Amino acid sequence: MSNGPVDYVAKTPVCLQIGDAATNSLRPGVCVTDIVFPNGKPIKIQKISFKNYYTAFLSLRLLRSEEEGQDGAKWVTCLRNFPLMANPHDEAGSQDYFSVSRQQGAAMTAVPREWCVGTGACLRYLMCQATTAPMLVEPDDVTSVRLILRQPSSAWLNFNIEEITIYDCVNEDTERDVPAWLSSLTPADEPLHLQGLPDPETVSSSIQQMWALTEVMQSSQTTASVGRFDVDGCYDVNLLSYT
Amino acid sequence: MEPVLVTMDEETELSFTIAQMVQRLKGTHLHSQLERQAKDCLHRPDIKLESLKDDVRNFLKVSGWERKLQNAVYRELHIRPPPGSPAAPPQHTKEPLQYMRNAQASWEKRILKSLNSMCTELGVPLARKRPLPEQRELSNKWNEMGTDEPDLSKFRPVYAPKDFLEVLVSLRNPNLDCSEELSSLSHWGLIKVPLHVRDIPQVREACPELTLTSGQLGIDDHPHVPSDLFESEHVRLGRRVLGEQDSAAAQQYSRQGCPTGLRAQLWALILNSTNDPEDIMHYEQLKAGVIQHDLVVDNLIYKDVKLTASNDDYYFVFEDFLYQVLLCFSRDTTVLEHFNYNSATPPKSYIQGKAEQDEYAVIYPPNGVIPFHGFSMYVAPLCFLYNEPCRLYGVFREMYVRYFFRLHSISSHPSGIVSLCLQFERLLQSHLPQLFYHLREIGAQPLSIAFKWMVRAFSGYLSTDQLLLLWDRILGYDSLEIVAVLAAAVFAFRAENLMEVTSLASAEAVLADLSTLKVMPLIQIFVFATMI
Repeated sequence: MSNGPVDYVAKTPVCLQIGDAATNSLRPGVCVTDIVFPNGKPIKIQKISFKNYYTAFLSLRLLRSEEEGQDGAKWVTCLRNFPLMANPHDEAGSQDYFSVSRQQGAAMTAVPREWCVGTGACLRYLMCQATTAPMLVEPDDVTSVRLILRQPSSAWLNFNIEEITIYDCVNEDTERDVPAWLSSLTPADEPLHLQGLPDPETVSSSIQQMWALTEVMQSSQTTASVGRFDVDGCYDVNLLSYT
Repeated sequence: MEPVLVTMDEETELSFTIAQMVQRLKGTHLHSQLERQAKDCLHRPDIKLESLKDDVRNFLKVSGWERKLQNAVYRELHIRPPPGSPAAPPQHTKEPLQYMRNAQASWEKRILKSLNSMCTELGVPLARKRPLPEQRELSNKWNEMGTDEPDLSKFRPVYAPKDFLEVLVSLRNPNLDCSEELSSLSHWGLIKVPLHVRDIPQVREACPELTLTSGQLGIDDHPHVPSDLFESEHVRLGRRVLGEQDSAAAQQYSRQGCPTGLRAQLWALILNSTNDPEDIMHYEQLKAGVIQHDLVVDNLIYKDVKLTASNDDYYFVFEDFLYQVLLCFSRDTTVLEHFNYNSATPPKSYIQGKAEQDEYAVIYPPNGVIPFHGFSMYVAPLCFLYNEPCRLYGVFREMYVRYFFRLHSISSHPSGIVSLCLQFERLLQSHLPQLFYHLREIGAQPLSIAFKWMVRAFSGYLSTDQLLLLWDRILGYDSLEIVAVLAAAVFAFRAENLMEVTSLASAEAVLADLSTLKVMPLIQIFVFATMI
């Protein structure tokens, strides 16, 4: 489960170039951006989502603080040359949304092949270019994230990554205790004092039936439209609206 | 069947897709039919209480209802946009590239202005309720609207394909470096956006059924070829596919062509278009909408039919059908669904002049589609297959929301008109560079000639039997790419003559008449017999 987005500070992107930046007429093809978290507090990342702008390949490195007892922090590669654009020269994937998330347990599950009905549509659908990528390492105790963007094609003027949102993991170890007044439930074998009131069993079963009926009604609500295009029988339109 | 491995993320996506699809199918007639069937089958002796769920499921499978559900799911997969990131806003699903969205929005604004100014000039409202005598008259004349000769001289089409081509040619990606003249993307054509399009080796890979050694209708059903070589077996297979009522199998079958006698049923099966009482009732509802309200769009349709289909040797007999289909099409609000994956947005208006008040907001026309010059040609070829207006209507509407809408909206989709134009130009430049260069030098850019063919998917340019063979493959491969490939193949075929012309007019004259062309041999030779 993930919490809301985490605040971060993104440093100015640094472009890597051979030779002197001022005299070099070629545009850089590699760009590096560092992201740090305020207060220096290490974060347990659940997911990083972003919007691409003409970046072809993305690598992610994480600065993880070491376990207690050891000084310093270590950079690890979390994602290596993940392709955002299938072909760096074409538009495909150039402005798409992506997300990189923490691995969840054993990552593979079997889907019966009968589900993959027919030829074109379904198989193509399942084999569409991935917009999610799993991380190679566990992103725990991260103090800094480094994004390495590559765009080998000379066709584009600029490339970067936009709308970066980092989600951290929700804390699982704070379990609240059940308050004392909740724990004293009525023991079942105490006799109930009914005086002219109906049997609670029949009442509860009929309430359950009514609830089941309302559930059926709610669940069978359809999104099918009636097909009317007029408003109360009137469809007198003079001019089209530009807004 | 061996299982396919998917990752956790893909599994979540799959469950999400399944849940969405169940929600969509819940409101349909099929859902209530399945429920009724399941209830009725409980009387059957072979349904046991202990294994109730499995027995009912088995019954539905054996009686063919599971197949109908499969076809419905298959249809939903076709029109569903590919899975993207959940963070993507809806406009990104319609069209991922910002500059294309902007271009489409300004093109639409131009169309709205054009329609508004025409209405203001003529002093007619965009829509009005017909007075009762007029409604009665129209209802009586419903089957012979072609005999009407209303005065349409003041109405003009909102736009023609050549206006649209101008807009596409001016499309620019602001992030594209156009400074280098001799870059690897040096492109002689008119389209300047770098979309991904397939080249010949990739088309070969994508369309293996069209290879030289594989039988085709359109080639191997020629009178000189003995029918037991391919044709009779293929027809027999077609009958079996129809018997199984399997949409996916019919789509695969259609790649090698549909026999004339089975085509109508096969296309309806591929598109999952039914002719149940519910569909007939829906059509009658649309007809009532036509009779009750008069739209300016109706006049545009009349004019278009009179100018195009009525003048065509093959299609003039179907004039009445065309009105019955297109007028009802304009009233069909179910078409609005396709705007979820169409880069276009339906035009909005307010009734009774109550601007900016949401409770009076309506979409105009009700289906959100403003027809342009030549629009009726999307329907005309279908008239050869279906003689009942309701059936014809159902198939046309499905073909429009799957394919034809992409031919007149600006998007980066591989089947969109921009990609088709770019693919045509790239194929021509790669394989006939001398021809392309020559035509460019004499001021006859190939796209300026081929555009009108592609925008109509060749309807009205090829002879009908050849056109239907082409549309078989559009359905079979679920893509309009074959239209771009055919356009390039036509240029390749007439290359010798074209190399000798010296002006745009003579180039157009060489390519004016395509009615004698046989499409499948042209495509096969261009794709599979070209030296790379």
